[in-house]
Amino acid sequence: MAEPMRAPQSDDPALTVDDAIVEVRDICKHYGDVEALRGINLDFARGKMTTLLGPSGCGKTTLLKIIAGLIPATSGEIRINGRVVTGPGPERAFVFQDFALMPWATVMRNVAFGLELKGVAQAERERIARHYIAEVGLTGFEQKYPHELSGGMRQRVGLARAFAVDADVLLLDEPFSAVDEQNRRKFQEDLLALVERERKTFLFVTHSIEEAVYVSDRIVLFSPRPGRVSRIIEPSIDRSVPPDVIRRNGEYLDTVEEIWQGLRQYAE
Amino acid sequence: MAVTPPKAGEIGGARNGSSGIAGALDSLASRSKAFWVVVSLGLFFAAWEIAGRVPISYAFPTFLETAAAFVEMLLDGSLIRSYLITLQPLVLGVAISAVLGVGLGIVMGLSNKAEWFLAPVFIVLQAAPMAALIPLVTFVYGIGLVAKTLAVILLALPVIVLNSYKAVRHVNPSLVDMCRSFQGTRMQQIVKIVVPDATPVLFAGLRLGVAAGFIGVILAELLITPTGIGDLITYYRSVAEYGHMYAAIASIIAVSTLTLAGLQHVELRYLRPEKRRK
Amino acid sequence: MKILGFKIPMMASLLFWMLVWEVVGRLDLMFLIPPMSSILAKMGELVATGSWQNASVITIRSFLLGMAMAIGIGVPVGVAMGRIKVVDNILGLWVNIFVSAPLSALVPVLMILFGLGETTIFVTVFLFAVWIIVLDARAGVMQVPPSLIEMARSYGASRFTVFTKIILLSALPEILAGIRIGVIRGVKGVVIGQILVSVVGYGELFELYSRNFDMERFWALTILLFAAAMLLSAAVEHFEKRIEYYAGAR
Repeated sequence: MAEPMRAPQSDDPALTVDDAIVEVRDICKHYGDVEALRGINLDFARGKMTTLLGPSGCGKTTLLKIIAGLIPATSGEIRINGRVVTGPGPERAFVFQDFALMPWATVMRNVAFGLELKGVAQAERERIARHYIAEVGLTGFEQKYPHELSGGMRQRVGLARAFAVDADVLLLDEPFSAVDEQNRRKFQEDLLALVERERKTFLFVTHSIEEAVYVSDRIVLFSPRPGRVSRIIEPSIDRSVPPDVIRRNGEYLDTVEEIWQGLRQYAE
Repeated sequence: MAVTPPKAGEIGGARNGSSGIAGALDSLASRSKAFWVVVSLGLFFAAWEIAGRVPISYAFPTFLETAAAFVEMLLDGSLIRSYLITLQPLVLGVAISAVLGVGLGIVMGLSNKAEWFLAPVFIVLQAAPMAALIPLVTFVYGIGLVAKTLAVILLALPVIVLNSYKAVRHVNPSLVDMCRSFQGTRMQQIVKIVVPDATPVLFAGLRLGVAAGFIGVILAELLITPTGIGDLITYYRSVAEYGHMYAAIASIIAVSTLTLAGLQHVELRYLRPEKRRK
Repeated sequence: MKILGFKIPMMASLLFWMLVWEVVGRLDLMFLIPPMSSILAKMGELVATGSWQNASVITIRSFLLGMAMAIGIGVPVGVAMGRIKVVDNILGLWVNIFVSAPLSALVPVLMILFGLGETTIFVTVFLFAVWIIVLDARAGVMQVPPSLIEMARSYGASRFTVFTKIILLSALPEILAGIRIGVIRGVKGVVIGQILVSVVGYGELFELYSRNFDMERFWALTILLFAAAMLLSAAVEHFEKRIEYYAGAR
């Protein structure tokens, strides 16, 4: 019998976890008069896939970018492996919603880019890149350019690039929102397989409830204006069965429905 | 009023019933750009010929007269000699403007201070009728190559600076973020992301700079002193050989058009393969 | 750019450059560059003289006539090119050639055909301005979202109504943008025309001042012209901004 969802927390859950690799403490973000994030306190467990879920405008992407070091927080701090960070670092890698591929470079160069910036020698970085290109299933496409690839393939290049730098924490910003529906499901399954193999920590932002429930070990629900954590949910879904079976599993469907009821009020 | 879909026969009807030649022309027209270029040129030259024969003015030669004069000047080498003279300040001026302009543009694109000081100056210079200033150049630099090169620079530099600066400002911010996320240094961001992403627009700016350069060269010929092509034009005007005069002028339009078209071809082919229209 | 926390608009840097000019002028480094203050003083005088006022009337007259023709002919031709493929195929080549060609080369021809007077000037203005107006009108009309047209037809609009109420309005931002650039080119045309003809309007004045090395009046006239060009362009841009609100949502 699956474990029931954790009972709703108070409005501002300070959630501590054993072995937290990412610690978010009192993060606030203002854009002029607009309060994007208010008092966020969260821990992210090592080796797990945590999803930030919520309607648009709730600040989940903003929080992800603050953790990545791409945007400065107005106040509060982020700790990775116990150390405070203020900018990007080698222990984190970001996967962009619009893929952020250099259109003038081949797949090989794009995947190896993170290593190129670090000064890794060409032969070595191509070897590593080749490995991850195979991991995401793009072998044979090394010399192609982004405009020759479909949206789904481009995102796989972005994923391979993030893996190639061997960061501890991977941050994915709505990675599948620009991919069509049929491919999106396949991607979710592939992502789970990668998570199994690579044993890294994943932070995932999405606005799709089904996606969140399908892939995550833990879901952090956000409410908008200003962005705050409203609930934490840990769906315990048996992932050893085939994907199609999971999507019809009662526990899965109940979890999705419950989250939807909670978020309904924020639909415009 | 209901909207009814066209019946199948109505669409293809006209074509089904047409004769062999008209049908062939029709399908050629819809497929071949060269066809329309030929038609376009043909109509224009025919109209010119007719206008010349009317004649709309004693000083208006027919197309055939002009064409004959053109061939004559080409064959006796006077056209080529003139261009060798006229193109010198153009090439020199555009080259200097390109180096200076792209450099300034990149600096302005990256630095807000530089933008504040320099952008309005170049915006004014680009919008202003620079022709008014060209005669001034002769006061200081005389009427030689230097003066004409300066005239070219006066017109080409603002265009190149403004386009380069816009190119840098419009670099995809997502790509810059991506570079930062992998801890790229500022220099790496500029060299590996900003410059490559801006290059197609930079090149377009250079192309516009060349167009402005042609304008500068002609103004220099007409306002400073006619050498090269300007010399041909004024000479043939003074001896009332209008066919030759018009031929010289037409040759400038042709040279400028072909140069710019060539640059655009290079741009599309090598810099933006994904934008090429198939 | 901020000083003491106050945001200073970019165009204010021109004031800075005017200051630099004043200093350079006072230092008397080049006779070509008199101090800005004396130029501005002369500008005041100039505006009051009869010769300047006459020259301005001539200039404005030819400019307005040329622009009116350029807009009156250019917009319909551009729209026709955007709507009718055959027209586009035939005229496209020439419009594209002339929009970036050195049109000043044609002025000697115009001088022969139309004489050394105002006619040549306004034809020059027309020729300088019309091509970009045609191109932008064409672009505006071609950018009308097909779904808007289908929508109007599905509600029973006649072709004429679709044309006036949907297509022209939808294309208006681009048409105005073309007119703005056309105005700038028209100003260049009126100046080049007058300088080349040189016995008329401002051309005559420029000729007079440069012959006498009267740099202060020369610059005064030049700056007036430059300012006029910028103001005209800003005026059209203001108008453009007022309809810009729907440009993004098309």
